[in-house]
Amino acid sequence: MYVAVKGGEKAIDKAHEWLDEARRGDPAVAELSVPQIREQLALAVNRVMAEGSLYDPDLAALAIKQARGDLIEAIFLIRAYRTTLPRFGYSLPVDTGAMECDRRISATFKDVPGGQVLGPTFDYTHRLLDFALEAERLERPAPEAGAAVHPEMPRVTEFLNKEGLIQDEVAPAPAEDQPDDLTRQPLELPAARPLRLQALTRGDEGFVLSMAYSTQRGYAKNHPFVGELRIGTVGVEAEIPELGFDIEIGEVVLTECETVNQFLGSKSEPPQFTRGYGLVFGQTERKAISMALVDRALRWKEFGEDDKGAPAQDEEFVLYHCDNIQATGFLEHIKLPHYVDFQSELELVRKIRREADEARHQEAAE
Amino acid sequence: MNAEQISGEYNFAYLDEQTKRMIRRALLKGLAIPGYQVPFASREMPMPYGWGTGGVQISAAILVPEDRFKVIDQGADDTTNAVSIRRFFEKVAQVETTEKTAEATVIQTRHRIPERDLHEGQVLVYQVPIPEPLRFLEPSEVETRKMHALEEYGLMHVKLYEDIARHGEIATSYAYPVKVEGRYVMDPSPIPKFDNPKLEMAGIQLFGAGREQRIYAIPPHTQVVSLDFEDYPFQRMKAPKCCDLCGAGESYLDEVITDDAGGRMYVCSDTDFCRERREAGHVGALGVAEDAA
Ligand SMILES: [Zn+2]
Repeated sequence: MYVAVKGGEKAIDKAHEWLDEARRGDPAVAELSVPQIREQLALAVNRVMAEGSLYDPDLAALAIKQARGDLIEAIFLIRAYRTTLPRFGYSLPVDTGAMECDRRISATFKDVPGGQVLGPTFDYTHRLLDFALEAERLERPAPEAGAAVHPEMPRVTEFLNKEGLIQDEVAPAPAEDQPDDLTRQPLELPAARPLRLQALTRGDEGFVLSMAYSTQRGYAKNHPFVGELRIGTVGVEAEIPELGFDIEIGEVVLTECETVNQFLGSKSEPPQFTRGYGLVFGQTERKAISMALVDRALRWKEFGEDDKGAPAQDEEFVLYHCDNIQATGFLEHIKLPHYVDFQSELELVRKIRREADEARHQEAAE
Repeated sequence: MNAEQISGEYNFAYLDEQTKRMIRRALLKGLAIPGYQVPFASREMPMPYGWGTGGVQISAAILVPEDRFKVIDQGADDTTNAVSIRRFFEKVAQVETTEKTAEATVIQTRHRIPERDLHEGQVLVYQVPIPEPLRFLEPSEVETRKMHALEEYGLMHVKLYEDIARHGEIATSYAYPVKVEGRYVMDPSPIPKFDNPKLEMAGIQLFGAGREQRIYAIPPHTQVVSLDFEDYPFQRMKAPKCCDLCGAGESYLDEVITDDAGGRMYVCSDTDFCRERREAGHVGALGVAEDAA
C-alpha cells in the first residue's frame, strides 16, 4: 500500500498522454486549425491577447487550441511565453484619436463629428440560436463591396474639454513619461494610475466586470455615461535611437472606452464631469467599459470623494485580486498534497480532545 | 560549461541573466536582513502560481551547472509536483539531480525540512504560499508592512493568547510563526511545527513567494525562535508512533490509511531518511529487511 504513494513520474506521463488524446477528441471529426481559431473565434483570441498581455493573434489561437478552449489556461500559456521574450524598448504612446475605427459610438451625444458607427456588434441581435450556422460551408451573401472609409473621428470627451466641463487629464511630467512596468517591478502600494490601468487591462474580464457592476448597483456609485467607445486599428511607433527618428513598427487593434461621470465639485474645484478610462487589446468592449468604471471608482482620493468602503474603491483589494493567473494558480494549488500539514492538524485536534476528556474525567472524579 | 550557456531554446535554468541578477540582489538583501520580506519582480513561470514559482525562481537564480539538485514535496522526492519541478530543471538546466539529502547542494522543498541536518554550503529553498505571518490577522499588505516596520507584533501575541484561552494551547500546528534574530516575525512556510527547531541550521535557507512577489532568507546559524509564552512554551509535535518501515521514533510521520476498517500505518515523511535507515538494516513493525545485496 505504501507503493501507492510512489509512482509520481509514471502517473504524470500517463496523464499527459491522456490529455493529448482528450484534446484531439474524436479523430473522426476534422482537426481544428490555428487559422480557423484565429479567424472564427476571434473574440476568444482577443481576450487571450488582452489578459495574456501579448498582441499576437496566431500565438493566442495556438494557446486556445492547446488549452482545449480553456481561456484562462490559454492566457497562462501566453503569459509564460511572454515572460521569456527580450524587451527591446518601449513604443511611443499610441494615438487612439487617429484610430481607423470599425466601431465608434457615443452615448452622450446624438451625433458627433465622424458619425456613430455600429460596426460588428452583437448589440441589436436577437439572441436566438441560428441553426443555419450548424450547416458547414454555409453560403452567406457577400457584403456590398465598398472601399473602407475612415473619416476623422475626434475624441468625444475633447468636445467637453474645450468648454472646461470635464476634468483635464494631466500629462505626466517628462521625467516620469516612462511609467512603471507591472511585469518588471513588484507591485507596491499606493500604485500610480498608469500602474492601476496596467493591472486592470490584463485583469480577469469576469472580475473587472463584477467590480464595475458593483459600482452601478450602489457600491461607490458614480453614474457613468459612455462618452465614447471606439474599436479599430492604430499604428505603433517606436523611436529608434540609431536612426534618430520614429518609425511605425506595426499595428494593433484596440478597444478604448472613455466614460463621463458626475462630479459635484468641491471647494477648490468648480462642478465638472470626470473620466474613467479603459484601453484593451482587440475587440473587447465589455472589458474596456468595465475597466473605465473601475478606474473611475479607484480615483476617489484624487477627486476628494469619500471612501465609502466599497470593494471597487479599494485599490489593494482590486489590484491584488484581479489577475486570473495568480488567482487560478493559488486556488488550484490546494489540489496539491497537504498531508504533512493535515497530519499536524490531526495530532493537534487529537491532543486537545484527549486533554479535554482527561479534564472532564478528573472533574467527574472530584 | 558556464552559467551563460543556452540549453536548447531557453537560457540556462530558464530565466534570463538579467532576471537572475534581480533575484540574486533580492536574495542578498534578504540574507542581510534576516526574516525581512524583500519585494521582487516575480516572473510568470511555466508552472502555476501557488505551485512553487517562488522557489523555482530562487533555484533558477542560484543554480550553477556543478550543482546537485534535490526536490521534495511533503518530504518525498516522488510526489507529483516534486517530480514536475525536478524534471523542469533537468530539462532547462541539465543539472545532476539526486534524492540523497546528504549529496544535494541545493534542495527545493515544500512543507518539510529534511530530517538529516544540513551541512555548511547546502542551500534549502522553500516554496512559500503566503509569506506574511500577520496576513490572517490583517488582510491588508499596506498595514502589515507598517506593522513590521514598527515591530508591532502585539496582534500576533493576542492571537496566540486567545488560542490558549479557547483550546488550552496554541492551536497552530504548521506555518508556526518565528522571530528571527530578535527582530522580524517570519512565516517559516507551511512546515509542521515539528520542523521549527531545525530552522537554526548550518545551511542557507531561502524563501520564495512567487505570486506574492516576496523573497526572504535565514543565513546559517541565525537565531530563530518559535513564538510562545513562558508558561506555555513552544512544543514540537508528531504522531506518537514509530515508522512502520524503518522503526524510526524521532522522525516526522505520515499516517497512511490502509483499509476502510480504521487500519493505518505510519511512515517517515522524509523518504530519503527512511531509505537510508532501511539500507542500514533498521526494520519497522511492517517492514521487510533489505536484501543484503
Ligand atoms: Zn521510516
